[in-house]
Amino acid sequence: MQHYLARQRYLIDYTVASLLRHRSKNLGLLLVYTLVVFMLASVMLFTHSLRQEAEQLLSAAPEIVLQRLLAGRQELVPASYLEQMGRIRGVSERHGRLWGYYYDPVVRANYTVLVPRDRPLAADEIVVGAGLARSRGLGHGDFLSLRASDGRPVAFRVADTLAADSELISADLILMAEASFRDLFAIPAGYYTDLALSVRNPREVRTVAEKLTLALPDTRPILRSEILRTYATLFSWRQGIVLVLLAGALLAFVIFAWDKASGLSAEERREIGILKAVGWETADVIGMKFWEGALISLGAFLLGYLLAYLHVFYLDAGLFEPVLKGWAVLYPSFHPVPFIDGLQVATLFFFTVFPYTVATIIPIWRAATTDPDAVMR
Amino acid sequence: MIELHEVKKAFNQGRPNEFWAIRGVSLTIERQRVTVFKGPSGSGKTTLLSMIGSLSRPTAGRILLDGRPISGLPERFATQVRRDTFGFVFQQFHLIKGLSVLENVMLPAYPSGRDHRSLKQAAQALLERFDLAARASSRAEWLSGGEAQRAAICRALINQPQVLIADEPTANLDSALAQSFLTIVGELVAEGKTVLLTSHDPAVFGSPQVDRVVEVHAGRLLESG
Repeated sequence: MQHYLARQRYLIDYTVASLLRHRSKNLGLLLVYTLVVFMLASVMLFTHSLRQEAEQLLSAAPEIVLQRLLAGRQELVPASYLEQMGRIRGVSERHGRLWGYYYDPVVRANYTVLVPRDRPLAADEIVVGAGLARSRGLGHGDFLSLRASDGRPVAFRVADTLAADSELISADLILMAEASFRDLFAIPAGYYTDLALSVRNPREVRTVAEKLTLALPDTRPILRSEILRTYATLFSWRQGIVLVLLAGALLAFVIFAWDKASGLSAEERREIGILKAVGWETADVIGMKFWEGALISLGAFLLGYLLAYLHVFYLDAGLFEPVLKGWAVLYPSFHPVPFIDGLQVATLFFFTVFPYTVATIIPIWRAATTDPDAVMR
Repeated sequence: MIELHEVKKAFNQGRPNEFWAIRGVSLTIERQRVTVFKGPSGSGKTTLLSMIGSLSRPTAGRILLDGRPISGLPERFATQVRRDTFGFVFQQFHLIKGLSVLENVMLPAYPSGRDHRSLKQAAQALLERFDLAARASSRAEWLSGGEAQRAAICRALINQPQVLIADEPTANLDSALAQSFLTIVGELVAEGKTVLLTSHDPAVFGSPQVDRVVEVHAGRLLESG
């Protein structure tokens, strides 16, 4: 074992000395390789982090949201539906929700307006999301004037702004009292935007949803798991767009790396002949070349991943931000929580380190198995 | 003792350009002697030497080292024999460019996994002996012809081989350097090494350090003296 390790150490020593001989060429390769890993890892880390964030935020959302449909479009739900649906086993809580969108021509953005259940607000008070506060320059005690559905302006005082940690979803949010909401959007008493139901056992969610569609045929239940899936798809789609954009660069790198790794120059062939003639085995030559591929690709992988980690979690993924996030006009200022997924690292490792290392070994295997007497001729 | 029994070597066997470089050579080479293979270019002396040194296998016949067959060994064992028994000084010296002289000298010992410190000391001692200590950290391509050959000799001796094989060792040297090489050869034989050379340089096969001259012509031995 000790002999094996000593031998590997010698091979690594030789490989490092060998790489340093063509310093600029190998540094260039390392740089491009690192850049490719950096870009791929940035996209993966960032989208993964977005998904995590969305999952965490939605974990508090109701399991089922029930919407009423009229001619296939969403319609206000009468409060009486809460009674009409009857007692359904497994539903621990149900309530009506009031929410909607408000278009602000000043910043040309849509706000999400919501009536909170756990936060009593006075009729003239609102709580705004951090993104909205930023874009309208609002602070505590400032006034925001909104136009009611009948055209009259209604002034609200900003009682608070929402914490930045949930900004991904709450950037464009306005919270207001129920009475103010009904007044602003002219929603009659006894009607809600939709109904929210909490189901404790996740396995009962689908059964409850089926019962609801039978009891209230003009409604449609939306499950939290479906919303999560939609978000996941959305993020994957965005990730896909970035990856497609990167594909060209990737392809160029693959061609470049393959050419560099798999082509053996006359000098390299001569060197292999010398090494074999002075007593190196085929396995030693292959081992040396393996280390060459492994050192470059592993170095690039570690460096690229580290840079991507810093880019995503400390510089808030500045390069990809506009593409990868933001479904509202007001861009959320999102600080991803550092997170590393083992499987993701393994996937990236497999697709970056493995092919290059293999590409370096295959041609060397052919050269290394030839007779060493070539150097004598 | 090295014995060759009816050794033949063909290149491109079975193809239209088949060529028999060695056509049946039987020979016994004594230990602690300087044996020179002389002959014109293409006579087969280098091919013969590369088979003796386990760099290539004969197409037919057997080669024995101290009674042990070495010509039909699988590649791994042949490499081991080559590494432990033979040291090579090639005609073009074949030092690896970009590496230091010290690294070049240590190179043949890498696969043995020897202790690094003792290996480095052994390499430095050899460089010292051949007056190259000051050039230890120089790159191989910066050496003069004589220095390069001495570095190649150091490299050939790093694994303490019984047999030193040198192919046309004086072809790229002036007469003073050729003489100095022959002096080194004399010293090595005095230490117990066996030296095999190929040459068509009269200064070599006429030298008093040489014990025996074997003449090769068209793949056969003409005479031995």
